[in-house]
Amino acid sequence: MAQTATRTRQKPGAPPKTSPRGKNAKTRILTPYAMLAPAIVLFLVFMAAPIVYTLFLSFQKKKVSGLGLGKGSTTQVFAGFENYISTLTDPEFGASVLRVLAYGVILIPLMLGLALVFALLLDSRRTRAGAFSRTAIFLPYAVPAVISSLLWGFLYLPNVSPLLYIFDKLGWAVPSLMSPELVTFAIANIALWGGVGFNMIVIYTSLKAVPSEIYEAAKLDGASEVQTALRIKIPIVAPALVMTGLFSMIATLQVFAEPTTLRPLANSLSTSWSPLMLVYRDAFTRNDIYSASATSIVIAAATFIISFLFLRIVQKRAFGQEN
Amino acid sequence: MRYSFRAGAAAIITAAALLATGCSTPANSPEAGGSGSGTPVELTYWAWAPNLEKVVDIWNQKNPDIHVTVNKQDGGDPAVTKLLTAIKAGSGAPDLIQAEYQKIPTLVSADALADLSGTAAGGTKDSFPAGVWDSVTLGGDALYAVPQDTGPVVFYYRADIFENLGLSVPTTWDEYAAAAKTIHDADPSQFLGTFSSNDAGWFTAMSQQAGASWWGVDGDAWSVNIDKEPTQKVANYWGGLVESGVIDNQPMYTPAWNTGLNTGKQVGWLSAAWGPGVLSGNAESTAGKWKVAPMPQWDASKPATGNWGGSSTAVTTQSKNVEAAAKFATWLNTDPEAIKALVTETGIYPADSAGAKSALTAPPAFFSNQPDFYDVIAKAAATVSNFTYGPNVNVAFSAYNDEFAKAAQSKKQSDFAKAVSNMQTITTDDLKKTGFTVK
Repeated sequence: MAQTATRTRQKPGAPPKTSPRGKNAKTRILTPYAMLAPAIVLFLVFMAAPIVYTLFLSFQKKKVSGLGLGKGSTTQVFAGFENYISTLTDPEFGASVLRVLAYGVILIPLMLGLALVFALLLDSRRTRAGAFSRTAIFLPYAVPAVISSLLWGFLYLPNVSPLLYIFDKLGWAVPSLMSPELVTFAIANIALWGGVGFNMIVIYTSLKAVPSEIYEAAKLDGASEVQTALRIKIPIVAPALVMTGLFSMIATLQVFAEPTTLRPLANSLSTSWSPLMLVYRDAFTRNDIYSASATSIVIAAATFIISFLFLRIVQKRAFGQEN
Repeated sequence: MRYSFRAGAAAIITAAALLATGCSTPANSPEAGGSGSGTPVELTYWAWAPNLEKVVDIWNQKNPDIHVTVNKQDGGDPAVTKLLTAIKAGSGAPDLIQAEYQKIPTLVSADALADLSGTAAGGTKDSFPAGVWDSVTLGGDALYAVPQDTGPVVFYYRADIFENLGLSVPTTWDEYAAAAKTIHDADPSQFLGTFSSNDAGWFTAMSQQAGASWWGVDGDAWSVNIDKEPTQKVANYWGGLVESGVIDNQPMYTPAWNTGLNTGKQVGWLSAAWGPGVLSGNAESTAGKWKVAPMPQWDASKPATGNWGGSSTAVTTQSKNVEAAAKFATWLNTDPEAIKALVTETGIYPADSAGAKSALTAPPAFFSNQPDFYDVIAKAAATVSNFTYGPNVNVAFSAYNDEFAKAAQSKKQSDFAKAVSNMQTITTDDLKKTGFTVK
């Protein structure tokens, strides 16, 4: 705002470039729309239309007459709220939500905690090999989730894992991470490995934006590195923490690639382990796009509500001192 | 099912090559009928069997009036998804498609497959084992596809380890259980087999052998017969073996299982005729040590076998040249020259009994120690039991994955029985929910 004001003040006498007043006004009205058009079209075609179609499908169902063989025996009919009721009363859906909540409780604090610690360490004045460490921590984020799940899957499986081989030779009885009790940790570990780097970069970037005068003042006041970190840096990066927290929560609700890739390797993961896996199974394995649409809408609505509530609760505290 | 994964890998490689030659679907030629002068009938064929186009080339050279173009697919599941989409859209489907047996009811229920009973393909019944014929007719009068290949299940075992332990090949399931115990007791890291919750097709074959037929048609109603004596018997048997720990409980086709085949931790494998391909790929260092035998039996006096995998050639309802397409499908799967080419080029086990016998003479390289390899397979193929697939095989199979994963994990025999009854409930509920009449 301030910048724009300065710029206009710099050339006070500049004449308007286009000549006739009426045409100018018309162009001025149309130009922003023309510029917005690509975004609006893309949004309508690739976001709004699919959402509307999903909404439509979620109120439909397949109706079969007779044996269901041959022409015209299968039709699509209006289902009312049937699909929604069956989604919300499906014990499998409830169980998958609970599993994902447990997964989030394990993953998010650990991931953000580690990301914050790494960011603070990299920002500390005594850091050596900062650029290398930053790249090393960030690199796993560049590995696609399917690939990293396969990598970790090999490390978890008893007969092929070099780690378990070493533990075995040392005589340590290490419990299998693919057992039903520990498989949530196994998946959280993959997400942690891939996610810490990204969140670390976000927090680190916001630390770099802090003016150095503040640190100098703290130093003059005799604050130690740890005190500077706790009293100054963490409160300043709180907005970044809120944002990474929100992203992590959404990613948690949408966890799909890791458990889907690990599933064929063990008995402990079902095809409905996470809510999105349930949607995938209904839509593509069971050919029931109608239930899958209803479940998708429920998940989307829940994600929206949770994000909104989270921001309402946290935002005041995080951004409070800025205003 | 499994076959398609294997073939899928090969298909990806071929698909890359096909990209260069362009793999768009040519429009169906307007001329109906088939033979005659003028422009030839153009047929498109969606298939994923490796090198199938080489077999089709033979047809194209001999039949200038009916030209078939193979359009490579990624595998059984994606091809069916694509076909269902094309059927829903009203255009874009090929004339012919390679369809796995368990997919046929789903495709028929979507009105995707043409009835071939009145065409050239109608007279091929005697070429195929009765169990296979049942899968393409769904037990009715219509004919929805011509069988191409099958996967009669046999028992692969490490002959050297059996010999060292003084074991004879199990001919009954009781003997199999005893052998499994002897092997596991001798070396606790070794297993005669594994119960795989990932492979519904495998368990279907086990149940089929025991006399199960999971679906049935009764007038205008479907019946679901999963939770019946044969399947319960099979589930209890494997549940008992898993509970006692003499059989492994981890899924097949994992890196751990592949390694187990190669290092001798997996000593036996109940698998289909296409097994040598998997073994030679995963267990190279054990070549020449394996042998094949018929499946262990429930009743030695009435030998029976299950079928794991295999596919057929079907004609779609969007084809404008059903007659010509049926003629080609019949040639491809029953003509001796075509079968010979299928065996050498695509490595399948033909469904045509006579064709299989004349085309398969030398054993596969991995089993060069067993000259009568294909005799064993042919005998098994002749005893494949009848089995009817229903319109929601996909639901039953995904229920199998989930329910038996829990049972295999808990290692309790009672959970195996519970998994069968849960499969029954899930499959029946799904049919009812869609509006099928279920008896």
